[in-house]
Amino acid sequence: MGAEPRVALSQPIADEVRKTTCYMCACRCGINVHLKDGKIRYIEGNRDHPVNKGVLCAKGSAGIMQHYAPARLRAPLLRTGPRGSGEFREISWDEALETATKWLGEVRARDPRKVAFFTGRDQSQSLTGFWAQQFGTPNYAAHGGFCSVNMAAAGIMTIGGAFWEFGAPDWDRTRLFVMFGVAEDHDSNPIKIGLSKLKQRGARFVSVNPVRTGYSAIADSWVGIRPGTDALLVLSVVHELMKARKIDLDYLIRYTNSPWLVIDAPGTADHGLFARDADDKPLVFETVTERAVPAGSKGARPALSGSFTLPDGRRVQPSFHLLVEKYLDPKYAPEAVAAETGVPAAVIRGLAAEIARAAFDQAIEIDQPWTDIYGERHQSFVGRPVSFHAMRGISAHSNGFQTTRAIHLLQVLIGSVDCPGGFRFEPPYPKPLEAHPTPHGRAEHFGSNKPLSGPHLGFPRGPEDLLIDEQGNPSRIDKAFSWDAPIAAHGMMHMVIANAHAGDPYPIDVLFLYMANMAWNSSMNTAGTMKMLTDKDERTGEYRIPKIIYSDAYDSEMVAYADLILPDTTYLERYDCISLLDRPITEPDAVQDAIRWPVIEPDRDVRGFQSVMLDLGARLGLPGFIGPRGVPLYKDYADYIVRHERRPGIGPLAGFRGREGDRTGRGSANPDQLKRYIENGSFFSAHIPLEAQFFKHANQAYQDFAVKMGFFDTPKPVIFQLYSEPLQKFRLAADGLREPAAPESHRERIKAAFDPLPDWYRPLEEAAVDREEFPYHAISQRPMAMYHSWGSMNAWLRQIHTKNPLYVPGAICDEQGLKTGDWVWLISRHGRIKVEIQRTDAVNGGTIWTWNAIGKRKGAWALDKDAPEGTKGFLLNHLIHELLPPKGDGMRWSNSDPVTGQAAWYDLRVRIEKADPGKEAEPSFPAIRRPVDLPEPPDELRYGQEWAR
Amino acid sequence: MTSLPSLPTPKKLGLVIDLDVCVGCHACVVNCKEWNTGGYGSALSDQHPYGADVSGAWLNRIHTFEVKPEGGEIVAEAGEARIVHFPKSCLHCEDAPCVTVCPTGASYKRAEDGIVLVDEEKCIGCGLCAWACPYGAREMDLAAGVMKKCTLCIDRIYNETFEEVDRIPACVRTCPANARHFGDLADPNSAVSIMVAERGGIDLMPEQGTRPVNKYLPPRPRKPLSAIASMLHEAEDTADAKGFFAWLDGMLDRL
Amino acid sequence: MHPAFSIIFFTTASGLGYGLAAMLGLGVLDPASLSTGIAYLLALGLIGAGLLSSTLHLGNPQRAWRALTQWRSSWLSREGVMAILTFIPLVVSAWAALFERSYLPLPGVIGAVLCAITVYCTAMIYASLKSVQAWGTRLTPVCYLLFAAAGGATLATFFALCGAGAVRSMAFAAIVLIAAAWIAKLRWRDRLLAMEPLSTPESATGLGSIGKVALLERPHVTENYLTREMGFRIARKHAAKLARLAFGLGGIVPVLLLVAILVAGQGAISIVAAILAVLSFGCGILVERWLFFAEARHAVMNFYGQ
Ligand SMILES: Nc1nc2c(c(=O)[nH]1)N[C@H]1C(S)=C(S)[C@@H](COP(=O)(O)OP(=O)(O)OC[C@H]3O[C@@H](n4cnc5c(=O)[nH]c(N)nc54)[C@H](O)[C@@H]3O)O[C@H]1N2
Ligand SMILES: Nc1nc2c(c(=O)[nH]1)N[C@H]1C(S)=C(S)[C@@H](COP(=O)(O)OP(=O)(O)OC[C@H]3O[C@@H](n4cnc5c(=O)[nH]c(N)nc54)[C@H](O)[C@@H]3O)O[C@H]1N2
Ligand code: SF4
Ligand code: SF4
Ligand code: SF4
Ligand code: SF4
Ligand code: SF4
Ligand SMILES: [Mo]
Repeated sequence: MGAEPRVALSQPIADEVRKTTCYMCACRCGINVHLKDGKIRYIEGNRDHPVNKGVLCAKGSAGIMQHYAPARLRAPLLRTGPRGSGEFREISWDEALETATKWLGEVRARDPRKVAFFTGRDQSQSLTGFWAQQFGTPNYAAHGGFCSVNMAAAGIMTIGGAFWEFGAPDWDRTRLFVMFGVAEDHDSNPIKIGLSKLKQRGARFVSVNPVRTGYSAIADSWVGIRPGTDALLVLSVVHELMKARKIDLDYLIRYTNSPWLVIDAPGTADHGLFARDADDKPLVFETVTERAVPAGSKGARPALSGSFTLPDGRRVQPSFHLLVEKYLDPKYAPEAVAAETGVPAAVIRGLAAEIARAAFDQAIEIDQPWTDIYGERHQSFVGRPVSFHAMRGISAHSNGFQTTRAIHLLQVLIGSVDCPGGFRFEPPYPKPLEAHPTPHGRAEHFGSNKPLSGPHLGFPRGPEDLLIDEQGNPSRIDKAFSWDAPIAAHGMMHMVIANAHAGDPYPIDVLFLYMANMAWNSSMNTAGTMKMLTDKDERTGEYRIPKIIYSDAYDSEMVAYADLILPDTTYLERYDCISLLDRPITEPDAVQDAIRWPVIEPDRDVRGFQSVMLDLGARLGLPGFIGPRGVPLYKDYADYIVRHERRPGIGPLAGFRGREGDRTGRGSANPDQLKRYIENGSFFSAHIPLEAQFFKHANQAYQDFAVKMGFFDTPKPVIFQLYSEPLQKFRLAADGLREPAAPESHRERIKAAFDPLPDWYRPLEEAAVDREEFPYHAISQRPMAMYHSWGSMNAWLRQIHTKNPLYVPGAICDEQGLKTGDWVWLISRHGRIKVEIQRTDAVNGGTIWTWNAIGKRKGAWALDKDAPEGTKGFLLNHLIHELLPPKGDGMRWSNSDPVTGQAAWYDLRVRIEKADPGKEAEPSFPAIRRPVDLPEPPDELRYGQEWAR
Repeated sequence: MTSLPSLPTPKKLGLVIDLDVCVGCHACVVNCKEWNTGGYGSALSDQHPYGADVSGAWLNRIHTFEVKPEGGEIVAEAGEARIVHFPKSCLHCEDAPCVTVCPTGASYKRAEDGIVLVDEEKCIGCGLCAWACPYGAREMDLAAGVMKKCTLCIDRIYNETFEEVDRIPACVRTCPANARHFGDLADPNSAVSIMVAERGGIDLMPEQGTRPVNKYLPPRPRKPLSAIASMLHEAEDTADAKGFFAWLDGMLDRL
Repeated sequence: MHPAFSIIFFTTASGLGYGLAAMLGLGVLDPASLSTGIAYLLALGLIGAGLLSSTLHLGNPQRAWRALTQWRSSWLSREGVMAILTFIPLVVSAWAALFERSYLPLPGVIGAVLCAITVYCTAMIYASLKSVQAWGTRLTPVCYLLFAAAGGATLATFFALCGAGAVRSMAFAAIVLIAAAWIAKLRWRDRLLAMEPLSTPESATGLGSIGKVALLERPHVTENYLTREMGFRIARKHAAKLARLAFGLGGIVPVLLLVAILVAGQGAISIVAAILAVLSFGCGILVERWLFFAEARHAVMNFYGQ
């Protein structure tokens, strides 16, 4: 035996480390980018970073291959061939910006609503939204409408914050965690870190999900529910808890509108609204003095049940009375919902028992005196350590808004919102509905060459805030905030192309898109969408959507369908700002924001989109982007991040403000701010004092903190709205009792969906189709190692998901004589796809599923034309129509939640038929050309070989 | 060097993988690839990276299994199938057959800590060690023509240019679910040994006689919800709302 | 296991070569005959071609010499060392036969023994792999040795016919050896077919205590080195057909031809028969070797649902 070889054990990783923020997904983890010889040697998680605490997911770890992907766009492009052909010529940035300015400026003067500006995976919505407002079009939104607006809207309207990025379970203290419909989510790493903590502590983790992969695989209990029925399950648990008296009455009285008095006057415009005093304060019934007093009156002992008559003769009942009567109804008994949900009664009862046990028998206490907003001093924080989280399994159904409300109802009934061990708000949330704007976009809000009079997006308080004209027609291109989707708080991006193509409610001239693959995986009816993008007006010979400007960083499917391409940098080459004004990365205990900065210089003629927006804004002369003498206000995005002020002293970043960099939240601009961020690992974190950490909605110390930080100018406590008055107002409009009255065509639908108390109704597609013809559900899940469409150009990630099988439950396989590897037709009311299957038994018996967005259009993403992504991979999107089946009167609703307009991706119903073996998945589309003659991708990669030792 | 160390190695460095918390995210897989391309030995190459039959060399891969109970543990609610995500890299076997078959001495097990390594300078790329390994822990790098395998991140764990906390394998450091643990399994008092003892850590394919150092912690038994359904005893007969309101009044008086 | 042509060709060719060389080493052919010299050249050629082909699948053939260093533990290394050692007496014997027309008993016998050892080493490379259960039996070297000897004897029969010696006894020996080889091989295959897998998906994952384990998702969708190398699968139906083909070509046909030679003795027809017997045997062995790999299941496939 010879001597062992010597191994170089102590080589430094690289020459230099630069700390920035990952953007392989929207989780926004901190990363250490190690550079060697000017190239990326290694990316690891930043241990000090509050989001990921050092860990890094598969996508983040594949950043090298993302950054160097051959699919990166290289220069601005102008279309030369027909749309969809992929024929472009490279142009200079000057020409690109002048062209865009000409296209946009002309419409701005003529009819600004004819520019529709929609952004996808946008993390700079506070800039893009501001830009759109200054531009003056009513047609702006980001992707929330097809993503998770059900979560956001239901959460904000019920508890003042949402599961969706605005809160998190108290991972360190919770004893029971119930997760609904989550495969991965935006909190990718924090959820995994959290689940691991639960496991270590022996806390119980229940996953409610038709599919048992990923997180569900490690759950202590898996509830394989039938899609679209979660509200029934939750309300049945509510029913059981009420029957068992396991509810937190003290919490309900303190923090909710349970005691508020609801007017009982059927047939009048006040029916179901809260009785209020002259100052518009809601009234409660005081049981000692037996009279109605304003809610929150000191020392009042409000009634939670009973019927009362107010001095003015109106009959009223505490809203809790209505709530109890509703949910004690035997139709919510476990036995009554078992068949519909597919969950046995004993499991529902077991879940209720487990919730009750953890909430009430294992209550926890943190010794920390605090004062509530009524001035009452408490000796400690008492927690009910049950927490919940929910995402798209709930959100992406047309009953998702109410289902989400049902989950919040359950949380509140057991007193577990923002308590130790419960679901906790992340600042700047909670934020009451009243602190959100109402939407702007009605005719009086805009006009030639002027800004929109207020923000585009917000929350209507009632039908009076809808964006409709005299006749009740939508004023936005996506029909958000119209009778179709009155509380479409995030807009309805998934309807833009279809509506613009149909000229309904009106045609547009320029479609301006950013970071959204609308010609492929983010549209329903993908083939139809591609056709709409290429359809021409027979009379004029012009495209129905005449001009399309698009910004992408890669050669995605959408590129070929645009006329002018503004190529973006990769996430390692630009400044970005993860702002409290936007979708922040805060945590329950700390206020946080972050930046990205160019840790590596672009080697192509590309520009950060945000800087391009600023340039365009200045060229267009938009207020807010040019100074008095027509000089651009900002040099570039970095300059804007530092100097822009939304309100005096409040800018995009909260950290290191003030001349000395010692101010937090409020403070004058600090020219060294970015430098300070970079030194600090590209993030900023300010701890919330312990006294302010819980019951933020009603905690005086937190409210003061929020004002100090600049979230609000005055305290904005939140009273949880279990009974929702705004919803009732829409119902009254549907009854014709309130102005503006809902049109006849919309009345039934609104009455069914706008129950002021959370309820379940059958998902709209399921209700509309023949359930025997389409007996199964088809849903998609996020793969953990792939982010939507943008991982397939990544040489490492694509090896993990090169194609996607259709996972078919064993029972269906046995019934239809199918086995793994067989080909099937999967057929919906809208179309059919031919794909390969894989049998699985760890799934709800009626639910077929696949990984989302693995299928690619041939030729895109710089992949070989024969790449499995294009030949075998597939999308369910081909089967999903953007409209529901026609009704008797020919009217077709958008395939969305009737309250929020949330795209109902997971309502899809299908049947399955065995097919002849195939070579390629169908439908199959011709390959698209790479836009310009980019260098051929290499046939072999030996990344890092020069450093081998 | 092809002979195994004649005495048991004083240290047995290895990984402990917790199947109860692995969510199958592939973070360890990609981070391992990233660390090891441009690190120890030649780069981990990829063939046809943007083509139809893309493949590459990886030192760690995750399989996903479906386990159907057959009279064994009752899982979930009704003996339903269960999914287990299963990471797999070199187990640094004590009786490593991959070492003894190697004709060149390229493959060796370190006497000091038991890490099984390939000295790429000597490797002729015959592939026999990959055949000998029952676990599929060795992959040929087709560009370099040498055998690649998990090095237990030997260029991290002893790396003096690193902070102490970071002297752990890349896959362990990156795992978001903390499903991977690194330590000395020869030391009964090490955290990993204690974990293995407490959780009943197991060997993969013990019948192959390889005596792996790496251990797997089996998934914990699941807890059916239906078993506790009866715990939610009903306080009073409350079939109707009236009973509930009566209770409510009583409770409110006490608050 | 993936039936790589280079390796199949290597074991087949070198088996024939070592078999013939061993026969020559035992002095069964007349050293005075030119055909004996040619037989030596053929033996060396077959061995050389086989060894050359075996280096084809190396990632770094330029370092192949390193494979000679680990003879204490590695059968592959031993095979290499033995192959080289074997060359010494072989070349001496061949030189003697070609230029001196003489038979040197000492190098001859040593050569024959070394040939056997080399073939044994080759076989042990496979037989020592516990990970491939089909191979892990003493029958594996027995088969390799007998097939090598049978091939050598069949070739020797041909050279005997070309004037180098006792045709009938050579043919008889060939028949006996072929029969013995196939008896061993059929027992080998019976074992294969009856084999209870040593490792299962349950033991591979340790999840057997929960239930039956089936693969849901492989780690990477497309083929990788492991699945290409270890994941070869052949349908049982085809395997049975091929096994019959191998037995026919490598057993029945050459035996019948050899019986014909036995009956016919010297003559042109016998020469043709001998050529056909050699070719048929060679083809049969190629098929047999192909199956040797194709039918063998590697333990790693327990992780890949195969
Ligand atoms: N069937 C089905 N369809 C779905 C869903 C589903 O669950 N099932 N989910 C829906 C949901 S929730 C969402 S959010 C959408 C997501 O769908 P999209 O918003 O379309 O998301 P991506 O596919 O990631 O596409 C974003 C585009 O951004 C580009 N891009 C990447 N990095 C950059 C960059 O740095 N700068 C610029 N300018 N561009 C960049 C990418 O190349 C890609 O073309 O999909 C929706 N579609
Ligand atoms: N790795 C990765 N991370 C991502 C993304 C990505 O593409 N890749 N996308 C990001 C985006 S834009 C979003 S919106 C989030 C979404 O993150 P998730 O909410 O995790 O989205 P999905 O993967 O669609 O998961 C939905 C889950 O709900 C289940 N489900 C479907 N229908 C029902 C139902 O009716 N009831 C219940 N209880 N469950 C149901 C599905 O089985 C699936 O497990 O993820 C973000 N994070
Ligand atoms: S979860 Fe992964 S991809 Fe997303 S930001 Fe974090 S490390 Fe990056
Ligand atoms: S796992 Fe395989 S490669 Fe690693 S030591 Fe064991 S036998 Fe060798
Ligand atoms: S491939 Fe390299 S390490 Fe493996 S047995 Fe051959 S020479 Fe040894
Ligand atoms: S220890 Fe290092 S080499 Fe081994 S699997 Fe983990 S990251 Fe890869
Ligand atoms: S990183 Fe951790 S959780 Fe993810 S696959 Fe690897 S071991 Fe499992
Ligand atoms: Mo989304």
